[in-house]
Amino acid sequence: MSTSPGDGEAVPALEPKELKAPAAAPKQTQQPQQPLAPQNPKEQEDPKEQKSPKEHEEQEDPQEQKRSKEPIERRLHPVTPLRRAWAPIAVVIGWALHDPDRTQRQLTRLTMTTLLVGLAVLVPAAALYGFLTWWFTHFAVTDSELRIRTGLVFRRTAHIRLERIQAIDITQPLLARIVGVAKLKLDVIGTDAKDELAFLGETEARTLRAELLARAAGFAPETAHEVGEAPVRQLLHVPPKMLALSLVLTAGTWGMLVAALTVPALLWLATHSVWSVLATALPLLGAAGANTVGRYVGEYDWTVGESPDGLRVDHGLLDRAHETVPPGRIQTVRIVEPLLWRRRGWVRVELDVAGSSNSLLVPVAPREVAQAVIEQVLPGVTVPAALSRPPRRAGWCMPFWWRGYGIAVTDTVFAARHGLLSPHLALVPHAKVQSVRYEQGPWMRRKRLAHVHVDTGANKTVTARLRDAGQAAELWRSQADRSRTGRRVALPDRWMA
Amino acid sequence: MRRLLLLVWLVPLTIGTALLPGLLAGPAWAAFALLPLALLTWGWPMLGHNWRSWRYAERADDLLISRGVLWREETVVPYGRLQLVEVTSGPVERHFNLASVQLHTAAAATDARIPGLAPEEAERLRDRLTELGEARSAGL
Repeated sequence: MSTSPGDGEAVPALEPKELKAPAAAPKQTQQPQQPLAPQNPKEQEDPKEQKSPKEHEEQEDPQEQKRSKEPIERRLHPVTPLRRAWAPIAVVIGWALHDPDRTQRQLTRLTMTTLLVGLAVLVPAAALYGFLTWWFTHFAVTDSELRIRTGLVFRRTAHIRLERIQAIDITQPLLARIVGVAKLKLDVIGTDAKDELAFLGETEARTLRAELLARAAGFAPETAHEVGEAPVRQLLHVPPKMLALSLVLTAGTWGMLVAALTVPALLWLATHSVWSVLATALPLLGAAGANTVGRYVGEYDWTVGESPDGLRVDHGLLDRAHETVPPGRIQTVRIVEPLLWRRRGWVRVELDVAGSSNSLLVPVAPREVAQAVIEQVLPGVTVPAALSRPPRRAGWCMPFWWRGYGIAVTDTVFAARHGLLSPHLALVPHAKVQSVRYEQGPWMRRKRLAHVHVDTGANKTVTARLRDAGQAAELWRSQADRSRTGRRVALPDRWMA
Repeated sequence: MRRLLLLVWLVPLTIGTALLPGLLAGPAWAAFALLPLALLTWGWPMLGHNWRSWRYAERADDLLISRGVLWREETVVPYGRLQLVEVTSGPVERHFNLASVQLHTAAAATDARIPGLAPEEAERLRDRLTELGEARSAGL
């Protein structure tokens, strides 16, 4: 990692700052404890803080209070108050459409003056509320955390620790794209929807992301905002044609389509009423279409890239999303091979990051390409080719499906497969294992079989199902050892430090 | 604790099933009470087995918890992965002067609980685990 281009950029960035140092000296003398802050990782590794990365202002010690005056507090982009402006209008329109007759009567009863008075009260009130929420929302980047202060009546301050960042997403809904703003969301375990910065200017969002990543990586705080955006190397781009074909070949699409055709046909036989047929057929067809088109639009132009500050995933036709997962944050990777894709040798790759909702790495790609991407994303990992199946007597515990089970253990990953029609192969790096469990029920005991569960931090469990009991006990014991040694060689949280 | 639960549920059930049909439909129907009685006599030693099957071992780098007779489950939790250690003690547990230790990792599936410890042992274990967890702490 030390030979990565991002590191090379940091060195020239240091020099201008050092030249400027005398001018900034009075500011720095106020903060004698500032350089200490990033150097106490032991304190930050406190188990309690992993559980609750956010703390409230009241719990801060006086030292922190002094420092909190220093960082520049910034506001969101000025268009933010408008983002919910359409909501009341939509409600009124929806109500009018829902009951057109009464609306007509109500409208005739409304005189010009009541209308004007209503508008004169409502519009400024809404504007004031929007303005005030925007005015009272501040965010600041300090040495070790991002603080977001919100709330008009109930104040709320979120402290998000940068070294605990699991992923950073920049998303741009269609309207936001037109206006040129973006949403920035940090995934830390325990954050919720309130902790996103919506909206920021497009370039501001990008520079902020670069700065946050640089600080999270462990660059000195003085230079962090000069490190700039790390260069991206493209690993994979999904062509639109392939994506469209893959969606056509999805069993779910066909299931919906079949349902949309058979249910109305049966209804027609039963009732002979055109309206009831239309009333069921249209929503079903609509749902099938919306699902497929929605996935196409969402997964359009899917690009996976690699940069020193992590994995980049960009996608979307109308709503653009740019996700960044810093190195060493991926808990599990799953390779899914749907039945209808098998002839073409295509696979889908899903990934799990703790505290993050994004779960797709590659929507569709040929197997070799997908494996190459996985090998880039999880350094030192090779996707095991041959899996060992459970013993034949496993058929007594799980008839037929036992054939889909299989496991493989390499130096770096624990891999387990399940599923017969669409096999799911899950890979867990040894360093990401939270606990290992051995489980055996009475029937399995009789057949000398056992499960081995491997739990990861993203609340996912990967299971080696129906192994021979002796082998399972051995696997369980050695997996505990492997994950211990795996943790020692794993990347630190601050991956550049 | 679980024997107590067993008693609380099954003794009234035995008496109930013995008395009600016995009084209403004749003494022969009281034989229905044999079913809960059988469960009771079978459950009593089984719970003893189950109680003896709960074990834990503090190893060099991880804690091992093993439990269950029919449904066996053994769990290894590395000390470095511990996020939180809790000592809990409900009213019944307090009456018998017992406490349980609950371990939490970042994975919710890790169900590592050690019930029925003496309070001093529970506190010693908690302090020891917290100490070891701090020394070997690792990220996610």
